[in-house]
Amino acid sequence: MTDHDVARLRRDFPILERRVNDRPLVYLDSAASAQAPRQVLEAVDRYRRHHHANVHRGAHTLSAEATEMYEGARARVARFLRAGDPRGVVFTRNATEAINLVAHAYGRHRLREGDEIVVTVAEHHANLVPWHLLAAERGAIVRGVPLGADFRVDHDALTAAIGERTKIVATYHVSNVLGNLQPLRAVADAAHAVGALFVVDGAQAAPHVPIDVAALGADAYAFSGHKVGGPTGIGALWMRPEVLETLPPFLGGGEMIRRVEVDRSTYADIPMRFEAGTPAIAEAIGLAAALDYLDDVGLEAIWEHDRALARYALARLAELDGVTTYGPVGPDRGGIVPFNVDGVHPHDVASFLDAEGIAVRAGHHCAQPLMRALGVDATARASFWLYTTEAEVDAFVDAVTRSRAFFAPLTVAP
Amino acid sequence: MTALAQMYQAAILEHARRTRHRGVLDPADARQEGVNPSCGDELLLTLRFGDDTVSEVRYEGKGCAISQASASLMAEAIEGLGRDEVEALIGHVKAMIHGEGLHPDLGELAVLEGVRRLPARVKCAALAWTTLEAALRTHPAADRSAAEADGEAGADAGAREPDGA
Repeated sequence: MTDHDVARLRRDFPILERRVNDRPLVYLDSAASAQAPRQVLEAVDRYRRHHHANVHRGAHTLSAEATEMYEGARARVARFLRAGDPRGVVFTRNATEAINLVAHAYGRHRLREGDEIVVTVAEHHANLVPWHLLAAERGAIVRGVPLGADFRVDHDALTAAIGERTKIVATYHVSNVLGNLQPLRAVADAAHAVGALFVVDGAQAAPHVPIDVAALGADAYAFSGHKVGGPTGIGALWMRPEVLETLPPFLGGGEMIRRVEVDRSTYADIPMRFEAGTPAIAEAIGLAAALDYLDDVGLEAIWEHDRALARYALARLAELDGVTTYGPVGPDRGGIVPFNVDGVHPHDVASFLDAEGIAVRAGHHCAQPLMRALGVDATARASFWLYTTEAEVDAFVDAVTRSRAFFAPLTVAP
Repeated sequence: MTALAQMYQAAILEHARRTRHRGVLDPADARQEGVNPSCGDELLLTLRFGDDTVSEVRYEGKGCAISQASASLMAEAIEGLGRDEVEALIGHVKAMIHGEGLHPDLGELAVLEGVRRLPARVKCAALAWTTLEAALRTHPAADRSAAEADGEAGADAGAREPDGA
């Protein structure tokens, strides 16, 4: 994307006009939650003003309209993932709930004592803790594969860790800390060779790269609406329909049933079987609008833009003494830049940047095992998206430079 | 002065002398870990009590400049105070960092006031104080004095049990 393209896209994001601490907002925290374009805000507003009713229930016009829009959103998600059959798409609250759904509906019924779940050290807690809970309940074992020397997961170790007892292999598509895109086809093949389910955490990939679940070899793919410019409170699990339809319900209630007696019930077909209660209708419609927006801009163009900004930011930060960055360098590196100012806690750095209107995240990024693997307690993290400009990266690097002088007295041993 | 400059001026001054109460008391009358799960800051606070006073304080931990400065200032402020005074002080500090005013007894602790203008950092300044509060709960003064008054050694031992764990 040219500067002109980015400038034009920025006009779609009203929040980017905000000032923070008397400075223009420089929003470099899209990996935590992306800002929404007006097309999404308008789609949600239009639905609420003109079409809202409960879905799959009433015989009246509004309910029929709401149902058509909600199911249209499901089909939109399927198209976004190049998944074909929309019956494989279950709306959830977020990627976290999607992975928990797999752990419950699949894991609790398929795993036996001594079975194994293979993950990597670089997973987000959302792709670790559900497996810990499952393993504790079923007497299963969670195996974590380490990073190689180049900040990439060691894929030889990953495929070697997959064995006869492996029932689930779960890893990320794009890392929320290291920023890299993982090639997953060989991992999928290794999982399938032993009959294991291959689960992909796509929370950071969905906003940045084109996704094709069949080409990836995924059996399950999870992502969140708010990271793709949609609303919070909506996410999606795609699961191969042939697998999904063999699974028992996760939550019980209205909407997921076929027939209910007072003492027993039978359950709806997929995907409704997994959507108990009134769903997040407006949010699903907002998510569909966000996916329309992403496809209009083009995910190939967004990925190229992310990578160019990451290269630029990493090169500029490398010029500074006393600043450490993490993550691989190469064509697989997207727009996520974790860094530390030596001797200064990342929260302090983030507060300094915030005073200049620059929003970054600081902390363990819900990836404590990865922080340990990197040998740090925490990092600051700048993350870029389609609306991030090179001038914003400059403002960020300049502020990091000034933060070093500001905090210098703190880096002297007391 | 900006909120940031004001807050960090205090943190930097405190940093220069914060070795004073660093460390771990062993044995201790109270030993309490504090964690900010959202950011990973950790604190280990150990206390010894005299006759209803906090006689010795040591802390160890890792975290940002604000959480470390707050722990250092706290250790300095409470050592030698009566338990009632410490409990009152906890209340004054909480009120201050939530923007509810400066109590005269805060003394040097008033330098932490600036954090109320950095809302994202209030929990950093609060960590030492919530940990102290929890430490005092594991070693309740009222139960102990009541037990001593009643001559119930068993109740006394029960109240102290968590300290030894």
